[in-house]
Amino acid sequence: MAQEHSKVAYQVMWNRMISVVEEQAQALVRTAFSTSVREAGDLSAGVYDTQGQMLAQAVTGTPGHVNAMADAVAHFIRRIGRQNIADGDVYITNDPWEGTGHLHDITMVTPSFHNDVLVGFFACTAHIVDIGGRGFGADAQSVYEEGLYIPIMKFADKGEVDKTLVSIIRGNVREPDQLIGDIYALATCNEIGHRRLIDMMDEFELDHLDGIAEFILDNSRRATIERIAALPQKAAQGEMTMDGFDRPITLKVKVSVEGDKIVSDFSGSSGLDKKGINCPLVYAKAYACYALKVAIAPEIPNNAASLAPFEITAPENSIVNALHPAPVALRHIVGHFVPDAVYDAFDKIVPGLVPAEGAGCLCNFQVSLRPRMDAPAPENARRSEVLTFNSGGSGARPEHDGLNATAFPSGVMTMPIEATEHAGPVIIWRKELRPDSGGAGKTRGGLGQYMEVGAQEGHEFDIQAMFDRGEHPARGRRGGKDGAHTTIVRSDGAKMHVKGKQFVPHGERVIMAFPGGAGYGDPSERSIDLVKRDLARGYISAETAASEYNLSAKDIAEVEAAVAKGGVL
Amino acid sequence: MKTFSTRLGVDIGGTFTDVVLERGGESFSTKVLTTYIAPENAIIDGMQQVCAKAGIKPAEIEQIIHGTTLATNALIERRGAKTALITTEGFRDVIEMRTESRFEQYDLNLNLPDPLLPRHMRYTVPGRVDANGDILVELNRADVEAVVDKVAKGNYESVAVGLIHSYLNPAHEQLVREVLAEKLPDVSVSISSEVSPQMREYERFNTVVANAYIKPLMASYLGRLEDRLKDEGVACRIFLMHSGGGIISIQNAADFPVRLVESGPAGGAVFAAHIAARYGLDKVLSFDMGGTTAKICLIKNQTPKTSRVFEVARTYRFKKGSGMPISIPVIDMVEIGAGGGSLAHVDAMHQIRVGPESAGSEPGPACYGRGGERPGVTDADLVLGKLDPENFAGGSIKLHPDASKNALTKVVGSPLDMDAVEAAFGVAEVVDENMANAARVHAVENGEDLSEYTMIAFGGAAPLHAGRLCEKLGVERLLVPPGAGVGSAIGFLRAPFSFEANRSVYMTLSDFDGDRIKSLLTDLKSEATGFVRTCDEVSPILSEFKVYMRYTGQGWEIPIELTEEQAMNPDVDTFEARFIEDYTKLFGRPVEGMDIEITVWSVNATTPPEKVERMDETSGADTAKATGQRPLFDAASAKYLDAQIVNRFDMATGQRAAGPVAVIEDETTIIVPASRDAIRQPDGCIDVVVKG
Repeated sequence: MAQEHSKVAYQVMWNRMISVVEEQAQALVRTAFSTSVREAGDLSAGVYDTQGQMLAQAVTGTPGHVNAMADAVAHFIRRIGRQNIADGDVYITNDPWEGTGHLHDITMVTPSFHNDVLVGFFACTAHIVDIGGRGFGADAQSVYEEGLYIPIMKFADKGEVDKTLVSIIRGNVREPDQLIGDIYALATCNEIGHRRLIDMMDEFELDHLDGIAEFILDNSRRATIERIAALPQKAAQGEMTMDGFDRPITLKVKVSVEGDKIVSDFSGSSGLDKKGINCPLVYAKAYACYALKVAIAPEIPNNAASLAPFEITAPENSIVNALHPAPVALRHIVGHFVPDAVYDAFDKIVPGLVPAEGAGCLCNFQVSLRPRMDAPAPENARRSEVLTFNSGGSGARPEHDGLNATAFPSGVMTMPIEATEHAGPVIIWRKELRPDSGGAGKTRGGLGQYMEVGAQEGHEFDIQAMFDRGEHPARGRRGGKDGAHTTIVRSDGAKMHVKGKQFVPHGERVIMAFPGGAGYGDPSERSIDLVKRDLARGYISAETAASEYNLSAKDIAEVEAAVAKGGVL
Repeated sequence: MKTFSTRLGVDIGGTFTDVVLERGGESFSTKVLTTYIAPENAIIDGMQQVCAKAGIKPAEIEQIIHGTTLATNALIERRGAKTALITTEGFRDVIEMRTESRFEQYDLNLNLPDPLLPRHMRYTVPGRVDANGDILVELNRADVEAVVDKVAKGNYESVAVGLIHSYLNPAHEQLVREVLAEKLPDVSVSISSEVSPQMREYERFNTVVANAYIKPLMASYLGRLEDRLKDEGVACRIFLMHSGGGIISIQNAADFPVRLVESGPAGGAVFAAHIAARYGLDKVLSFDMGGTTAKICLIKNQTPKTSRVFEVARTYRFKKGSGMPISIPVIDMVEIGAGGGSLAHVDAMHQIRVGPESAGSEPGPACYGRGGERPGVTDADLVLGKLDPENFAGGSIKLHPDASKNALTKVVGSPLDMDAVEAAFGVAEVVDENMANAARVHAVENGEDLSEYTMIAFGGAAPLHAGRLCEKLGVERLLVPPGAGVGSAIGFLRAPFSFEANRSVYMTLSDFDGDRIKSLLTDLKSEATGFVRTCDEVSPILSEFKVYMRYTGQGWEIPIELTEEQAMNPDVDTFEARFIEDYTKLFGRPVEGMDIEITVWSVNATTPPEKVERMDETSGADTAKATGQRPLFDAASAKYLDAQIVNRFDMATGQRAAGPVAVIEDETTIIVPASRDAIRQPDGCIDVVVKG
């Protein structure tokens, strides 16, 4: 068979493989049950060669899955054993260290056979709503309390689904239908990727992927190294501090540009936390790598070769290299702050490229609703788990304001509140921008948002708060001011914490204000037209316009008069 | 439908306004430049031209069907009315916060498109409906009046009303409209429960805002058009093509102008569907490739596939998520930035990239010789022998192959160590692969296998690329119809009167309520039929029933078509069986033990499609006469072959030309690869079939 291919043919094949994994991811979105996957896009999908090297990955909502998934398939090959890999198999795990960082991510791998020969693998990962244990939250003291652990194993053996495994899973989780549905969706999406890959191999008369793999990896490696070589070859230290659970956590990182690689060394960062916000290295690595890649080599697709030059090290059992059995359920909180620490260092190597600090971690919460217990509940009251993803403001960029209520570094979407309210007896009373929360600057930080959540008549609930920046707002860069910090309070005035499971009695609501991004540059250099525009739109109040940007009382009155008349600014 | 013998189809496009007059069996067409300031002028001009050609007076025209990009353009260019939004307290920023995500994750300097209305033009009222449609918080008239008084001070021309869960219970939106009508009788009002009664607040609010934003503009344009046509002596009614592929009255169009978005491309799909009917083809892929973009649409059983939501005005490389979502019934098309003018470059990975940036007509690709230095797809086509440099656009533009070669060598060849020919091959393959990928993904998303499809190609650049696309997709047959240059306007004349009414109402199969379903579908049917009746008083009206179903807990529904019998005598087992059947087809296997739910109900009322005579096809036993030969690069064998040149208008019915062949005509060239032959069918279509 023809295995010699022209340069043009390889160009077409690379293009095709990226299309294959995008389609694989689309299939997952369309068949998944958890809102986290189907509405928010918290998933990823990729294709691998027989060695487990990632060749292409779909661009989905989660940079956090990027590196983690890139490493995962090699673990599967080792654990299953090559001799046990057969056509029709589907493998599964939620191992935080060999998967993507916590028990709530299910990773599934399917070997791809062509003419009875193993030619590669498809893998995909999705964040599921519940895996049993204490529920999604930071309250556990060890990974054993965080839910059901599924070691790397066969979900389907030569096409035969392991019914015992399904029973065990069903018996251990709060939303068994959703979870089993999601597992099937993951298997389906690999299957769809596989079929398309085989179509391509038939069309180009390929027996194996060696030639195209080499072409993809060589070109990606060379392009990435060129970018790194063009940077100033030096090192710098950066750090950032977040609230943590009970005590603040500091991330310290030394970023060194070393010819053909960039090394990020997290020595000096805080040690493990008692609660489940510790981060396995694989997940911290994903975000450090994402931060650098989006800054210097954004258009190079993710694969084994384009990711390899970004090396990450951290001392064992530091907060960014938590080892088994540390609790890790909310590892995303630390992970999402890794870019802010990396950028603090990188700004000293290449000034004027990276943004100021932003809200950082997603402002997620989960509500566990149940019939009220303090009085008779109506008959139709029910139990339900509802997870929502929300975003604060992103940090101001050197030339652009930060983005209002938009996720960074994560890329997931929020859920429509009309969809959320169909998922359970929850009521979202408010979800809108939070004026004055973006840090002042020549470019302004993105605005955070207000949210208010309650339950339908007859229900009470626990809210699992997964917020940060309560005590440590986003820090401004080069004279820019800090963003606003997170606040959370109960409608009856009871104090609440930014993290942890907290009870909300019947009839009460939780009132939250999510953080804004920080400003960049001296606010006095901000264009007066932009200040007026921000005032007109209510992004900033008249007080802020006067105090932070020195807008005159006359200008303020003019803007307010124009707005009352529906003026366009 | 009553048959009218003299009908006019008018399509206002970005560059040209196409006018087609059909009278008896004859057709007269013209293209005039679109007149942006007063688009009706081009219509009058074009109408006079075709009337003169046909030797009739405008008064003899019995029906006018019109489609236009004006609505789309007003949204893209932000040229709408001064508009306010009234929404639910606590949700003022829904249209600005979008999905809270970045549509391009690998761009630190990404900016999101501004919402149509800035924040200070968005007002809120109390009152709240819950997810069951029950009222959680009452909305008092006094509260509404207070807000309307504030709105009044803003001197708005148009107001959109979008409240949470209004698709389940429109009472509060109706109250706001009532107060607006009382206090601001001259202001145009749109409410989301009428414009787009579907779940998901961002899409629904954005749709009602878009409707309100273009409503005064479109109402005024349609009014002027009616007057001008009357002045010209036109006495017949005027109808509008809508995005769903049917026609509606001018009054409906003025009330719901957002339904006119993408009506031109919808006409193209209807055109292709009509040809499909003529050939009795049940599975057709329409492929329309112009200068900047390519559009691909699936047509099953001679009906273009429809969808409930699409995105308009993409601002960032045609990227998904960079535009604004509009949820209305629409013909489902994929559009990608691939056209004759799309420019090529080499990226950091040494990969050839083509588009979405386009050379446009000034300076155009390098071969135009107007100073364009970057190679476009047309340059690659020229070097590969697909175009004749002396006979491009009927000889009106002379092409410069040397300029193409230089540009290709400089931009693509040098960095990749390729000569101009290999670079041209690379560019053509990459753009064809991009289009093939878009078609594949679209097919798989719909559970379809393209190898069973026939392609129908139109638009200036499509015939140059369609043959290779068929090879890549495993499509065995390609039809290139005549008159493809004014395909959309012809399509308007083939479209039925139709209106789709739909509503989001949740029902699980475990709570199946047949009586409620029957009454819901009956209501939708009478609503949709009512709209169609205003256009056509006599024809029978058919109703097509569709429900959107999914497993409870999933986020994406799949459309399930029901027969009238199934819809009017709802039975839980039938609904379940129909869902399992279609789900399995799409995704391989059903999920056991899960409840199933219905989320959206839809009834499309339509007049019966025009009867199309099945044509007697020829197998092409005679040989077409070639006018010459030229070298033509054959992508499948990756080398030049000697190709015949055949003039399309010299080809008689039943003649066959063996590939490789270039079938030339004034507007374009049909490239037939070595793997295929071209046959001239009786209706003038060039039928490109696999050899043997």
